[in-house]
Amino acid sequence: METTRIPAGTPVPGRPDSFRDVIYVWEVLRGLGITIRHLIRNCLHMKDLPTLQYPDEKRVYGPRFRGRHRLTQREDGSPRCVACMMCSTVCPAGCIHIIAAEHPDRRIEKYPAVYEIDLLRCVYCGLCEEACPCDAIRLDTGVYEIVADRRDKFVVGKEFLLNERERGTL
Amino acid sequence: MAFALETLAKIGFMLLFMLSLLPALIWAERKGAAFIQDRTGPNRASILGIRLAGLVHPIADVLKLVFKEDVTPARAHRVLYSLAPFLVMSVALSTYAVIPFGDYLLVGGRQVPLVVADLSVGILYVLAVASLGTYGIVLGGWASRNKYTFLGAMRSSAQMISYEISMGLALMGVLLIFGSLRLTEIVAGQGALLFGLVPKWGVVVQPLGALLFITAVFAETNRTPFDLPEGDSELVSGYHLEYSSLRFALFFMAEYCNMVVGAALITTMFFGGWQVPWLPRQTLEQHGGALLTASLGLAAVVLAVAALLLMRRARRERGKFGDARDREPGLLGGVCAALALAAAAALLLRPWTIGPQAASVYATFAQVGAFIVKTLFFSWLFIWVRWTLPRFRYDQLMSLGWKIMLPLGLVNLAVTAVVMALS
Repeated sequence: METTRIPAGTPVPGRPDSFRDVIYVWEVLRGLGITIRHLIRNCLHMKDLPTLQYPDEKRVYGPRFRGRHRLTQREDGSPRCVACMMCSTVCPAGCIHIIAAEHPDRRIEKYPAVYEIDLLRCVYCGLCEEACPCDAIRLDTGVYEIVADRRDKFVVGKEFLLNERERGTL
Repeated sequence: MAFALETLAKIGFMLLFMLSLLPALIWAERKGAAFIQDRTGPNRASILGIRLAGLVHPIADVLKLVFKEDVTPARAHRVLYSLAPFLVMSVALSTYAVIPFGDYLLVGGRQVPLVVADLSVGILYVLAVASLGTYGIVLGGWASRNKYTFLGAMRSSAQMISYEISMGLALMGVLLIFGSLRLTEIVAGQGALLFGLVPKWGVVVQPLGALLFITAVFAETNRTPFDLPEGDSELVSGYHLEYSSLRFALFFMAEYCNMVVGAALITTMFFGGWQVPWLPRQTLEQHGGALLTASLGLAAVVLAVAALLLMRRARRERGKFGDARDREPGLLGGVCAALALAAAAALLLRPWTIGPQAASVYATFAQVGAFIVKTLFFSWLFIWVRWTLPRFRYDQLMSLGWKIMLPLGLVNLAVTAVVMALS
């Protein structure tokens, strides 16, 4: 496509500069008035500032907020997961790694010997939650402060995900 | 001997004034910017829970800079690279020598003029030293061997040359009216009343000159809207890009020193310097007792109100954070209350019966206070403008300097000269 060069100094289309705009002074004073109004208002009503004082105050998210995952349990405390691989297949980030093993109960068939989620790769889309036929994985913990000092700590296993009390720090 | 001691004391006062103003200005810049942009600004750093609304942050900043590694680029010119920040800073500080910050102080029956060096060519000295500041920037930018810093240095020198002319022309009108290059005489001349109504300040007799001068000072101090030597959107951070640690701190501090100097110059040339408007020194001395009583009473009332507000806040926000920060409002309220009590107690000493000597000292303090208040206001103006106006484009900067300000300055000078010749 051919582009047309606009010579320097061509006026920009739109409202032409009025005399007030050209002499700067009036517009500068008007701008100063606007900023000082903001300053005074914010000094008098510091409570109304939109800033959240984060570690002291935390935002309350809705019940459908997708936070860190957890694995749900049966009555006996074992994972409901049957290692069907639906979640790891549907996962767009490829962050779920499952190794299946035979369950002693013949009616259940399989259980996950290893169930690992790489929290750094996860995009929190919630597709695993929707794909799961047993309601075994949920993103309803509401935990979003996920912190660690080494990369490999972000790969969390079955025990971590089953434990309701685990918080963000790995 | 006495003269040397006096001069040393004055230099000490000036240095202390400048350097103690720096953290306050940095605080005002950060907090002011935050409030203008609907943010809260710095409020985290604390010493034993005392945060002073972020006033502790400059200490943290300085500590951070002290402990950072001081890097010199491999191919930099080592001598000039080290010299540049010191040049900028010392130039910024030395302008202060000729600015009068008060009339005189009565010490043991002798009048000590409150200016470090009362040069007969004071304003020329100011202009000369101010243009020396460019050398620091140019050397720093060139010695870093970096294209961005070099571009910043080039811009700075071009900008300084362009605006120094307008600055000089804007001052000429004032010099014609007051008939002296001596800053003390210019300030003394501004004490009179025009038509017995308004103070004969530079801004009243030279409004256009004042406007041009303020604009030129903004350009000379490299502050927005004329901060093209820094130009962080296109030049990363301009001339001080390669500097780190304390050398960067020197550049940073020099910017604020220049701001204070600029504000003090605007005050001195156009806003009456240390003159208290409508209250000449004689009036201040005559009614010294009454005025001192009034100021003490006012201070006591203001401090008491502040203490009351802080105490109320302390009660309202008890246990808000659950750590040492909770003690802050109560502690500050206590300090305010103690100061208010001290001011009230001073009233018991019958300040309305002070003698002429004490009245003279009081007048000096009032005048130095007026100078400081005005200087602070113009320092705030620098900050205020920075967070209001966007940066000029380079060609706009040049056309403003050469095509608008220079002709206006010439017209102003010609009109002033004709009026002065006719009257």
